[in-house]
Amino acid sequence: MKIKAPDTVTFTKSGFCPGCGHGLAVRLIAEVMEEMGLSDKLLTVVDVACGSLNIESWKFDTVLAAHGRPLPVAVGIQKVRKDNPVVAYIGDGAAYSIGMAETMHCALRNDNILTIVINNSLYGMTGGQCAPTSLPGQVTTSTPHGKDPKKAGMPFKVEDAFGGFESIAYLARGSMTDAANMNKSKKMLRKAFDKHMAGQGFCLVELLSPCPTNLGLPPLANIDWIADEMMKYFPLGEFRGGA
Amino acid sequence: MEKLYIEPDRCKGCGYCVRACNKEALYFTGNVNQKGYDTVAVDDEKCNCCTACYRMCPDYVFEIR
Ligand SMILES: Cc1ncc(C[n+]2csc(CCOP(=O)(O)OP(=O)(O)O)c2C)c(N)n1
Ligand code: SF4
Repeated sequence: MKIKAPDTVTFTKSGFCPGCGHGLAVRLIAEVMEEMGLSDKLLTVVDVACGSLNIESWKFDTVLAAHGRPLPVAVGIQKVRKDNPVVAYIGDGAAYSIGMAETMHCALRNDNILTIVINNSLYGMTGGQCAPTSLPGQVTTSTPHGKDPKKAGMPFKVEDAFGGFESIAYLARGSMTDAANMNKSKKMLRKAFDKHMAGQGFCLVELLSPCPTNLGLPPLANIDWIADEMMKYFPLGEFRGGA
Repeated sequence: MEKLYIEPDRCKGCGYCVRACNKEALYFTGNVNQKGYDTVAVDDEKCNCCTACYRMCPDYVFEIR
C-alpha cells in the first residue's frame, strides 16, 4: 500500500523531543484534513505549551493563545469563520488544570469547536510537573516522592466530568501506543471532524501520549508505561456521540 | 513493485518503528544523522510494506511508493 505523510507536516522537521507523541497526533490531524479536502481550511489555536512548537512545523493557519485559553479563542474564531474547521490543540495541563473553566464552559455551551487534548500525564513544556492527570504515586518534578492522591486527588477523567452532558457532539479517548491504536485514534478524529463540520457542537478527543523527556523513560518504555499503568485509569473509547 | 523508503535525516531514533514491524525488517544501523541520532534501515527482503512503521513514526521518516 502506497503511503506518504501530508506535505502540510513534512515540509520541515518538528522541534519535538525524540519519541514525543505530539508528532503522532499532528500527523493524524494532517491525514484526516487531507482526506476531507480541508488542509487549506483548517484554523488551529495552540497553547503556549509544547503544542506551540507546531507553529513552525505545520502549514495550518495558527493562533497562539495564552496557557489554557485556546478554547475560548477558538470559539471566537469559529463565530467569524463559520465554514472553516476550528481546532483547539492543547495539553492535559492546559485543558484540565489552568484552562478547566474554559473547557467546562465550552462544553456546557456546546460550542462548535473541536478540542484535541494530548494527555501525557504531566506538564511537558515546563519540565514535568504534576498535572490533574498524573497517576497516584507518579514521580514528577513537583511530586518528587510520588503523587499523593490524598493531597492532589485522583487522575482527572474527562468522561466523569462531561460524559453526562447530553448535548455535546463527541467525547472520546484514544491512545498512540501502537499502530492499531493509531488507526482507532484516527477514526475518532475523523468522526469528530465530521460532526464538527456538520455543526453538531462540542467535540473533544483526548489522546494518550508519550513524553519520554519528562517521564524520564526511553520512548519504548514510555509507551509500555502508558499501556500498563496509564490505561488503568484512562479507559479508551467513545463516551458521547459514538454509534 | 512497492518499496519502503527511509529519510534518515528526519529520524530521532525513538525505535517505535522497530517494535511496530511484525516482520523484524527494521533495525538500528549505528549510523548517526546530522542531529546525532542513531537511525534505522530496512531489510527489503523482509519488508512487506504493511505501513505499521509509517503509522508509529512521530517524525515522518517513512514513505511507501
Ligand atoms: C498563565 C500561565 N501559567 C503558567 C504558564 C507556564 N506553563 C507553560 S506550559 C505549561 C504546562 C504545559 O503542560 P500541558 O498543558 O499538559 O502541555 P504539554 O507541554 O505537556 O504538551 C505551564 C504551566 C504559562 N505559560 N502561563
Ligand atoms: S517535553 Fe514532552 S511533550 Fe514536550 S516536546 Fe518533549 S516529549 Fe513532547
